[in-house]
Amino acid sequence: MAFPPPARHLLRARDLADGRYAEPLSVNDMAAAAGLSRAHFSREFRRAFGISPHAYLLTRRLERAAALLRTTDNSVAEICLAVGLTSVGSFTTSFRRAFGRTPTAYRAAHPPASQLARVPACIVRAYARPQHRTFREDSAAGAA
Amino acid sequence: MKISFAHLWVHDQDEALAFYTEKLGMEVRADITLAELGDFRWLVVGPAEQEEIGIALMAVPDGNPMFDPETTEQIRTLTAKGASGSVFLTTEDCRADYEQLSARGVEFIDPPEQRPYGIDCGFRDPSGNHLRLTQPQEIEVPTA
Repeated sequence: MAFPPPARHLLRARDLADGRYAEPLSVNDMAAAAGLSRAHFSREFRRAFGISPHAYLLTRRLERAAALLRTTDNSVAEICLAVGLTSVGSFTTSFRRAFGRTPTAYRAAHPPASQLARVPACIVRAYARPQHRTFREDSAAGAA
Repeated sequence: MKISFAHLWVHDQDEALAFYTEKLGMEVRADITLAELGDFRWLVVGPAEQEEIGIALMAVPDGNPMFDPETTEQIRTLTAKGASGSVFLTTEDCRADYEQLSARGVEFIDPPEQRPYGIDCGFRDPSGNHLRLTQPQEIEVPTA
């Protein structure tokens, strides 16, 4: 029986973020899914996927939140909790950083008809997850 | 022109065979080891309901003239990172299949969800290949 390449364990951790983002999931849980120590895991994950596990989990949650803003009429606070985030304030800040506008403005800018596009869900998820941006990029984003 | 079969890279053919037959319930279409080709194993599985279509479960060539060692390693790693192939399957009852496959230990990425085109979910084979299971539904497109 051949051993799988080490990246297979990292993919398992990424799948955990994709599948269970709505739960109170942390980078420690992702590291456990990969069977690695926290520090080693974060380094290897970034090497494999080009993004830290924390940023991946956050952008997955933001992508899901954006989808819920487009396709439901749930409140921003409800959506924040529904994607596994607990602070509406930080959610709004992170969302604006990723999508360039607040959750409310984002919802207003997207007609609900977009949900009728027959693109497989996996494609939507893969392509709609925002680039991760840090607070250092805030002024640049604000100027744009 | 018709699709006859397509291939997926797998890191262990025995493990892949057990997964596609015992867990997904596919049939073995071919399992031939050719000594004159350096023990190349031609392994094809397919769904019982579609005799004419198969998936070849290909071991990544190692130490033969097809790929240099670097390419072999890249394919193994890309597959493990989930960046290789995908297979899109359809079913008549996505939620029932999800329950059954979960009980057999299939690793799901996302549970069944209602989408504009139907209900679908996603999972991985042991090598990291992505499989999507959709229960297609006709949609009513509102007309003005």
